[in-house]
Amino acid sequence: MTDISDKAREEFFSEAQEIVENLSRNLLALDAAEQSGTSDPSLINEAFRAVHTLKGLAGLFGATKVGALSHRLEDVLDDVRLGRQQLTAEVLDVLFASVDVYGQILAGEKEGSDDPIPAVGDLMGRLEQFGVQAGPASSPADEYDLDPGMLAVLTEYEEHRLRTNIEQGLRLYRLRVQFDLATIDKALEEIKDRAKRHGEIITYLPTGETTSAETIELDLLMASNDDLATLIGALGGDNLVIDEIPRQRASLGPATAPPSATRGTEVPRPASDRALSVAVPPAVPSEQPDVSLKAVTQTVRVDIRRLDHLMNIVGELAIIRNALARLSERLRGEGQRQLSSEVHRLHRSFDRRLTDMQNGILEVRMVPLGQVFDRLARVVRQISRDADKNIRLVITGAETEIDKLIVEELSDPLMHMIRNAIDHGIEPAEQREEVGKPAAGTIALNAFQKGNHVMVEIEDDGRGIDEERLVERAQTVGLLSSDEARELSRGERIGLIFLPGMTTKSEASDLSGRGVGMDVVRTNISKLGGVIDVHSEFGIGTKMAITLPITLAIVSSLLVRVGEYTFAIPVSSVSEAIVFDGTGVRLVDGREVMTLRGASLPLCRLDRLLNIGHETTSRRQFVVVAALGSRRIGIVVDHLFGQQDIIIKPLGKSLENVRGFAGATELGDQRVGLVLDAGALIDEVLAAATPGSDVDREGAWLI
Amino acid sequence: MPRVLVVEDSVSMRAFVRSALEGDDPDLGEIDVVEASSGFDALRLLPRGPYHLVITDINMPDINGLELVQFIRQSERHRSIPIVLISTRSSERDRDRGLTLGANAYLAKPFTPEMLREEAARQLAAGPQRTEPHD
Repeated sequence: MTDISDKAREEFFSEAQEIVENLSRNLLALDAAEQSGTSDPSLINEAFRAVHTLKGLAGLFGATKVGALSHRLEDVLDDVRLGRQQLTAEVLDVLFASVDVYGQILAGEKEGSDDPIPAVGDLMGRLEQFGVQAGPASSPADEYDLDPGMLAVLTEYEEHRLRTNIEQGLRLYRLRVQFDLATIDKALEEIKDRAKRHGEIITYLPTGETTSAETIELDLLMASNDDLATLIGALGGDNLVIDEIPRQRASLGPATAPPSATRGTEVPRPASDRALSVAVPPAVPSEQPDVSLKAVTQTVRVDIRRLDHLMNIVGELAIIRNALARLSERLRGEGQRQLSSEVHRLHRSFDRRLTDMQNGILEVRMVPLGQVFDRLARVVRQISRDADKNIRLVITGAETEIDKLIVEELSDPLMHMIRNAIDHGIEPAEQREEVGKPAAGTIALNAFQKGNHVMVEIEDDGRGIDEERLVERAQTVGLLSSDEARELSRGERIGLIFLPGMTTKSEASDLSGRGVGMDVVRTNISKLGGVIDVHSEFGIGTKMAITLPITLAIVSSLLVRVGEYTFAIPVSSVSEAIVFDGTGVRLVDGREVMTLRGASLPLCRLDRLLNIGHETTSRRQFVVVAALGSRRIGIVVDHLFGQQDIIIKPLGKSLENVRGFAGATELGDQRVGLVLDAGALIDEVLAAATPGSDVDREGAWLI
Repeated sequence: MPRVLVVEDSVSMRAFVRSALEGDDPDLGEIDVVEASSGFDALRLLPRGPYHLVITDINMPDINGLELVQFIRQSERHRSIPIVLISTRSSERDRDRGLTLGANAYLAKPFTPEMLREEAARQLAAGPQRTEPHD
């Protein structure tokens, strides 16, 4: 009983997860179709199949909660797909709720927890209300001269679709198609795509009349409004023959009509008549080598930890590569020119292949942002119903790819921001109409790649952020004195929403809106190496732009030295490095600022910030310009060592609250360097002159 | 070694069947399990047999299990392969159609690995079917 392998169990959890995600996507498509007044019966059937599969799997793997829920859902979906139950908004609501409940159950079962989940009971209760009505009566399919062989293999659902189509007065066609076995999937998808515009394919039936082992013939039963000529024009081709299946006249008399859709007339069809005269190999099983047996599926599912492991190895190889480079340098220094250039060549080809390998692994880690966008679409639907607001969600760039880990970590912050946009940004319909906006609010979710970064924008056409009230609020809670308040720039005023003290739920919603937990959002985004920029026009709308690295795994970094210490600064946040001779530095609001091409650049002295007492030995220093989003600072350093690929390792539990560092890394000569967190440094430096910076922060600076 | 073709669109269901069939069982001995992820995959893999048993789900997209049964029973080359249907209790009608079409047995989900092994052993012991289709 208990000999189900762990591997099979693991497959179960990841497949269940996948099925639930598909179900969710399906429901969103269904919802969209319902709202636009179209309907696609195949969507309901797919939702049914998803739940049906889950139920079956749950039974095998002993996942009782999944099983119980799936059982009830399956009944409801079965009724809907077989036309016994209307797909009402209530039904859709319950279906949507089930996606979340599945998520909770799976998370629980995976951890082996057996605690009851209240949401399950609630949902089951809601499912009970959809009663089953009586099934439909006799089949009008009898009126057609349908091949009994074909009728015999229809599943209940397919039979229902056939009946529905006939009742709607559509014509029936038989499409006979020859496929090359090797490419059948693709070829069939093409036909399906084209056929979709003209009707519905009800079933597929292999005819058994293969001409060789490499091809196969299928009969497709299709219902359509179009006449034969139109269909032939749209679908016909060399290997596709379309016949109309004639409607029998009036009575349901015995099948005297000539078998125009020529197939056998018995069930099952005798393997006699004309079918198998073709050159099928003899029935004696030929012992062919099983070379091609394994080519069954083109994808594998991989645990992300395995990729992390590979990536770590790549990182260690990178350290070896760097050592090779240094070895070559050293040999040259010792006058061994020939040996040195050999090692150098070795280093170069090693480097190229390592880069290929690294890119290859990174590519595997990439997943489309659509994964998290789908979840968000569900949330939007839910919240907008709860808040009784009509919201149009417009998604672009869902295909933009980003590291799997980032996608996972992104969903909470995005969810939060969207919730804020709906709760506080989008005004009630009456208010919108008063100011001449369309009654339905729009939230746009855009993603695109920009150089080494992925941008995710959340834009709403709501009321925008009321800076005045933000400032008032900051003063009320003591984050800001009235003097300080007067000095704030516009950007700084809007930036107040990120201060921790700005968040008390009850009052925030009565503010202009966005106070709710934005400090947490920003912290989470910066953990991913990202930053948020906010643009808001009061009365017009708000746009939050998140800039994220494409991957977290390996980071190309600039190595710098300050005093005795070596630091790494991720290149993705470095825009340039310039020579710095200490001249031209001004003090503005107590912070050092230099002018770079006409714009002022706040400076960051690491030695002071980190209390590394050191005498600058040379007059010549460098300024590394770190920029994230629209904000930038200049970090003053003593030396630049050049670029190196590093793996960022966490600092460990005891140091996890230390701000300003993304982690530590091995530098290749057995030394360890700290990796600067450019985002946190920028925050710190730009906040230094900003009121509110003296508020106690959770973290401390490493000293 | 007997070779079994498992036709099922769910990857964990396939993994379940594989782990059940490949488990140590003196009655069953060693079994070579070949997985097909769809009806089409099965059509593709069938000519590369021989197979001693086909275990197929009924509810699959495009080519469903019933169509596969019909295809196998009509094919001169494959018609003697015993077929076990995997069905659910809720779809009795589909299951009955499968048996009418010439499937030899069915397993209703949920079933245990033992039940699957027993059925597979029974079918493999019975050997190739004489299927002059009944008419």
